[in-house]
Amino acid sequence: MLRGQVVRELRADASIIAMSAQQTNSLPVSELSGQESKDGIVIQAQDLHKIYHLGETQVHALRGVNLEIRRGEFVAIMGASGSGKSTFMNILGCLDKPSSGRYLLEGTDVSGLEKRQLAGIRNRKIGFVFQGFNLLARTTALENTELPTLYARIDKAERHQRAVEALKMVGLGDRIDHFPSQLSGGQQQRVAIARALVNRPSILLADEPTGNLDSRTSVEVMEIFQSLNDKGLTIILVTHEHDIAQFSKRSIIFRDGKIRRDEDISYRARAAEALKSMPTLED
Amino acid sequence: MDLLSTLRIAFRALARNKMRSTLTMLGIIIGVGAVIAMVGIGQGADQTVQRQIANLGSNMLFVSSGSVNRGGLNLGWGATKTLVREDVAAMVKECAAVAAAAPGTQTSAQVVYENDNWGTRITGTTPEYFEIRTWPFQSGAGFGEDDVTTAANVAVIGDTVRKNLFATTEPVGKTIRIGNLPFKVVGVLVAKGQSPAMSEDQDDTIIVPLTTLQKKITGQPWLRFVMVSAKSRSGSYAAQQQIEALLRDRHRIRPERGDDFTVRNLADMADLASEASKVMTGLLASIAGVSLLVGGIGIMNIMLVSVTERTREIGVRMAIGATEGDVQQQFLIEAVVMSLIGGGVGIAVGVAASLLIASTAGWPILVSGEAIAGAAAIAMAIGIFFGFYPARKAARLDPIEALRYE
Repeated sequence: MLRGQVVRELRADASIIAMSAQQTNSLPVSELSGQESKDGIVIQAQDLHKIYHLGETQVHALRGVNLEIRRGEFVAIMGASGSGKSTFMNILGCLDKPSSGRYLLEGTDVSGLEKRQLAGIRNRKIGFVFQGFNLLARTTALENTELPTLYARIDKAERHQRAVEALKMVGLGDRIDHFPSQLSGGQQQRVAIARALVNRPSILLADEPTGNLDSRTSVEVMEIFQSLNDKGLTIILVTHEHDIAQFSKRSIIFRDGKIRRDEDISYRARAAEALKSMPTLED
Repeated sequence: MDLLSTLRIAFRALARNKMRSTLTMLGIIIGVGAVIAMVGIGQGADQTVQRQIANLGSNMLFVSSGSVNRGGLNLGWGATKTLVREDVAAMVKECAAVAAAAPGTQTSAQVVYENDNWGTRITGTTPEYFEIRTWPFQSGAGFGEDDVTTAANVAVIGDTVRKNLFATTEPVGKTIRIGNLPFKVVGVLVAKGQSPAMSEDQDDTIIVPLTTLQKKITGQPWLRFVMVSAKSRSGSYAAQQQIEALLRDRHRIRPERGDDFTVRNLADMADLASEASKVMTGLLASIAGVSLLVGGIGIMNIMLVSVTERTREIGVRMAIGATEGDVQQQFLIEAVVMSLIGGGVGIAVGVAASLLIASTAGWPILVSGEAIAGAAAIAMAIGIFFGFYPARKAARLDPIEALRYE
């Protein structure tokens, strides 16, 4: 039902504005995101179904999802648990394959690729940010950030340079030699974001990135996301907090394995503004 | 991921659980150490036996008179009377591979010097005997060809006899009594020790001219044995065949009858002894190998624990682009690093243990380069073999499940 609702029109004005928006100190926009298909569509999901077989019973986690996400979008995916949003995120992140339907990432159908090829796509085209940060313990911020470049077999000098740049981008240029245990939750999440950015992915997938953070730190993380998005990075965010979703540009709500609502955020909050009105707890 | 980075990650992972890694390595350390020490003991024993056999004489063959079976009564070795001095002369003359031969006969008798007496083996032979057995003198000299011709009452004594009869005095020039006959001691042989092939104390002997023993003591004109030296070690088989053919011919043995003599080749004995010590080495090494196996299982066990503990890490690595191969390599390298460090320390422990055993127990121990290289290779193989399954298990994890793992 209501599939037509899903198809969106090109918001040319929005992406042009995003691209020309404040280019600050670090990487130029073109380096933040990979190539895209001609019409600017990064993600194209066509009638995705996912069925899990749990012994005798079958769980229909996705029941025909159609979605297009264009370059430079900032999408918040919401929904109750069991709504299929996690399954959808796993497929978007190439961690899982749909049972049927097609998923095109930058115009390439990745639903039929082998595990090895999917690992390569995760490595180069997708940046992951998790709820639990998932940094390696007793490994410095720099080494954690470097990790994806190791798997990309990038040479040592460039690895170092890219990791330092990515850490600077998230405002941790002065903490590259700190271990996760020496960093606050917000700082750890910023290291995780730097790690997600280091291979210059096409999309950033964030799964409840603020779930383990207090409200002020959550907004700080959203500020980083907004500034990255302003520089042209496509971000897809899974959250169940409406406050957090308000910082994105478009919200998609899942229910029963389908997209129920897909709409632009009318009153988009700026994290930088929100921070000014929030009480400073630490530092 | 390149090997250097993988190695760094492996070392870091092992350093994270120092106690656990050390205990796991201990299994390999003990296993490799035990293998090195056991192989060392076995090879040392082999070398000792070989040296002792070489000690018997150079390229030596031992011809003894055969057994007779007369009316169902087997009289045992040395009972035939067919082996005589003329056979010996013929051997030297006609057998091309034979360098020298010394006839001999033997009996045992009580020997007396002043207040001491000692029961020992009396060997009658010719001067060639000392050369064939490459047996030098610690004092005095051997008897000559004249002494054999004249059946002189002269004697050469072994070191054990010297110890028992001449504890404090110099034997050369003294007179001892064998049975009722007085013999002048002309020489004392250096100690040769226990004979491995004949399992007797080689030094517990008195050597007198052949004719003296035959005519004055035993009254038997035939020989019990002939010591033969071949011209070369490789020629000892040829010598054996030539002697056998010659003796059959001289003793007129019909083709369908068995030999009335036996030729034993020291090269054969050396091979036999070597075979025996190889079996022993193999046995010791395989017992030690069991502990190596247990050590390997220990590695597998700890790697499985490690994979379970680090499920989330594996999930993260896969999410950011590690392939199955990357993950497998990481855990495999970790297991191999652990087994190689264990192997390295184990080699040191094994060498140290060998030295300790050698100095305390006084066993000859030979730690060869091959044993060390072999142990290192085995340690590596164990790491790969026992690390493979856990690494495979890690690589096969579903990234989604792994990321969700608490």
